[in-house]
Amino acid sequence: MSARAGNHKGPLLEVRDLHAGVGEVEILKGLNLTVNLGEVHAVMGPNGSGKSTLANVLAGKPEYKVTAGEVIYEGSNLLKLTPDKRALNGIFLAFQYPVELPGVREREFMKTALDAIREHRGLEKLSVREFNKLFQEKIAQMEMSPDLVKRSVNEGFSGGEKKRNEILQMVVLEPKLALLDETDSGLDIDALKVVANGVNKFRGPSRAIVIVTHYQRILDYITPDFVHVLIDGRIVRSGGHELALELEAKGYEWIKEAIESGEQVSV
Amino acid sequence: MTTPVKQKVISRKTTDLDTDYKWGFVTDIKSDLAPKGLNEDIIRLIVDKKNEPEWMLEWRLRAYRHWMKLNYEEPKWAKIHHPPIDFQDIYYYASPVKEKRPGSLDEVDPELVEAFNKLGIPIEEQKKLSGVAVDAIFDSVSIATTYKKTLEELGIIFCSVSEAVQKHPELIKKYLGSVVPYTDNFYASLNAAVFSDGTFAYIPPGVRCPLELMTYFRMNTEGTGQFERTLIIADEGSYVSYLEGCTAPMRKSNQLHAAVVELIALDNAEIKYSTLQNWYPGDKEGKGGVFNFVTKRGKAAGVNSKISWTQVETGSAITWKYPSVILQGDNSVGEFYSVALVNNYQQADTGTKMIHIGKNTKSTIVAKGISAGHGQNTYRGLVKIMPSATNARNFTRCDSLLIGDKCGAHTVPYIEVRNPTAQMEHEATTSKVSDDQLFYCMQRGISEEDAQHMIINGFCRGIFKELPFEFAMEASQLLKVSLEGAVG
Ligand SMILES: Nc1ncnc2c1ncn2[C@@H]1O[C@H](COP(=O)(O)OP(=O)(O)OP(=O)(O)O)[C@@H](O)[C@H]1O
Ligand SMILES: [Mg+2]
Repeated sequence: MSARAGNHKGPLLEVRDLHAGVGEVEILKGLNLTVNLGEVHAVMGPNGSGKSTLANVLAGKPEYKVTAGEVIYEGSNLLKLTPDKRALNGIFLAFQYPVELPGVREREFMKTALDAIREHRGLEKLSVREFNKLFQEKIAQMEMSPDLVKRSVNEGFSGGEKKRNEILQMVVLEPKLALLDETDSGLDIDALKVVANGVNKFRGPSRAIVIVTHYQRILDYITPDFVHVLIDGRIVRSGGHELALELEAKGYEWIKEAIESGEQVSV
Repeated sequence: MTTPVKQKVISRKTTDLDTDYKWGFVTDIKSDLAPKGLNEDIIRLIVDKKNEPEWMLEWRLRAYRHWMKLNYEEPKWAKIHHPPIDFQDIYYYASPVKEKRPGSLDEVDPELVEAFNKLGIPIEEQKKLSGVAVDAIFDSVSIATTYKKTLEELGIIFCSVSEAVQKHPELIKKYLGSVVPYTDNFYASLNAAVFSDGTFAYIPPGVRCPLELMTYFRMNTEGTGQFERTLIIADEGSYVSYLEGCTAPMRKSNQLHAAVVELIALDNAEIKYSTLQNWYPGDKEGKGGVFNFVTKRGKAAGVNSKISWTQVETGSAITWKYPSVILQGDNSVGEFYSVALVNNYQQADTGTKMIHIGKNTKSTIVAKGISAGHGQNTYRGLVKIMPSATNARNFTRCDSLLIGDKCGAHTVPYIEVRNPTAQMEHEATTSKVSDDQLFYCMQRGISEEDAQHMIINGFCRGIFKELPFEFAMEASQLLKVSLEGAVG
């Protein structure tokens, strides 16, 4: 997959009529989404509408089963890859609820991950010294305490520290497609700015970002190219940044009503 | 284990060899075997072969006669199951045939050196790299002892027990059996009667041993029972760290291993004893493997003395082992740090005993059990506070990690407090390697196997940090090898 990636001309990610769920329950009900390199997409929607499910399905979480539709990433079928292979090919998920790994040191964890990813990209492993230097830089950039990373991954981290740590991991691993699942929730204003700065610095023509959020606030810092509204397993409306402002002002009811009255909503 | 009860252990045969065991090879060095079985003549033969003095013969015979009274009744209280062992179908003495003791490695049988190389512990390299003095035990007889000079200059005695019997009889007479008497338990009696060899170390007063003393044990001759005996004495104000690493070649029948280890720490002395045990665990169906019935005990005899056991146990079909500390001196400290891993049909019943006698004595127990496959892991620990032990403290933590749903973890703590000033703390947890943890690691590009290994290493971190660095690396590697195929 990676061998072809450089030559690939089409969209980075194409989700076509995706149906997915857990057990018998269907959560995504025909979802379409196209993401090109260089773009930032925001996905907004009420609680339980399927935003995290979308992120998890893209990252390959085993309990989610795809029942119909397809996901094309860099021109190839993404769904046949195991989660680690997807990560190696540049997909990164900043978890809504980061997982604790007792006894696993953050530094060791990130070194192992970066070694694997660099190897996949055909790059030399960083020496311990090179890695430590890089890691220190990124920690400083994220304005995190150097002590935090000597601790076990996420263990005993505050909610905000966990979120910030996800972005730290992102900027170290340098994925192509970053899925940020409510990374802004639970952050104080200063932390939000740090996280937004991290994301903005990361933003570029060879990357794409999908931000799942409930709040327009983060979009003041990270201006999205597209905003999508996800309701009941489908993207029901797409627009520019102004759509987020509109949602903030009016909530989701007006969109739901518009759908019920038969207005054409999909893009 | 679903083995039929009538089957005899030692004569059990399997047709196919389990080639998964990385260290399974057999060295073709001629063994000098005594006939199978045990009687007073065999004991006399052992004593004769080893040229031991009369008082050793008497001691061994007393042990043997005591053992005979036990009428082949092995201890039954542990949560382990195995077919009966035919104690008359075992070789009680095997020694590599050799003319004289080698003075250096060059004189060691090249095949033996090769065997060590296969174990991944080339003595040559170790000498250079790690500054470790190695006393290699091969089928119960010491082969090569290095760094003797450095140690001698400090007055440290580090040699085989056989040699100590000849050269330091006063120490042997005083301490052998002083912590684990031959009446202690079935296997300890048997060991006292027939032990072939083992390691002896004596650290004189005020000396801090500058090297990690190390011994590698291997069991080789098929059907050879292995009965080593280790005795370490830290005299007043001394310190020693001792490492014991074990691998056994793959065998078609189960092998009995019944060792005894005795540690004595006098006033202000400290002994740190670390073990890596990866004896052949048997194949995937639970056939073969080592029966490891070991008695390890330390006496923190002096004031402010300290004895610390650290063990990483991944091997053996059955492990029955409770490294213990008798906290006799006031302010003495006892520690037990353990990782016990069982996979396939392995069974481990292991733990510790902390017997508080002196005032202000303090013990710490951290036991981590990892169970995979059909493995059964039992932690069995006793903390006993005697009436004399004013202000004794104990902290116990038992964590179990389960991989899959066919394995088991059991925690059996016994607490006996006979002094009201005692402070006891006990924590226990059971966890699983969760799918969410695996997914989180894999989402960062880490393979499932590496993720599993990483999470398990994290679980063991508190124990690994007690091990010398190289040993910790090896321990981590052992866990990985032992769990291959346990994922998913
Ligand atoms: N593993 C699961 N098992 C059962 N139900 C699930 C699972 N994951 C998601 N669901 C259900 O699917 C629906 C969508 O969940 P999802 O987490 O994708 O919502 P969300 O849009 O991210 O919501 P929020 O804004 O609250 O984070 C919910 O009703 C949820 O209960
Ligand atoms: Mg969500």
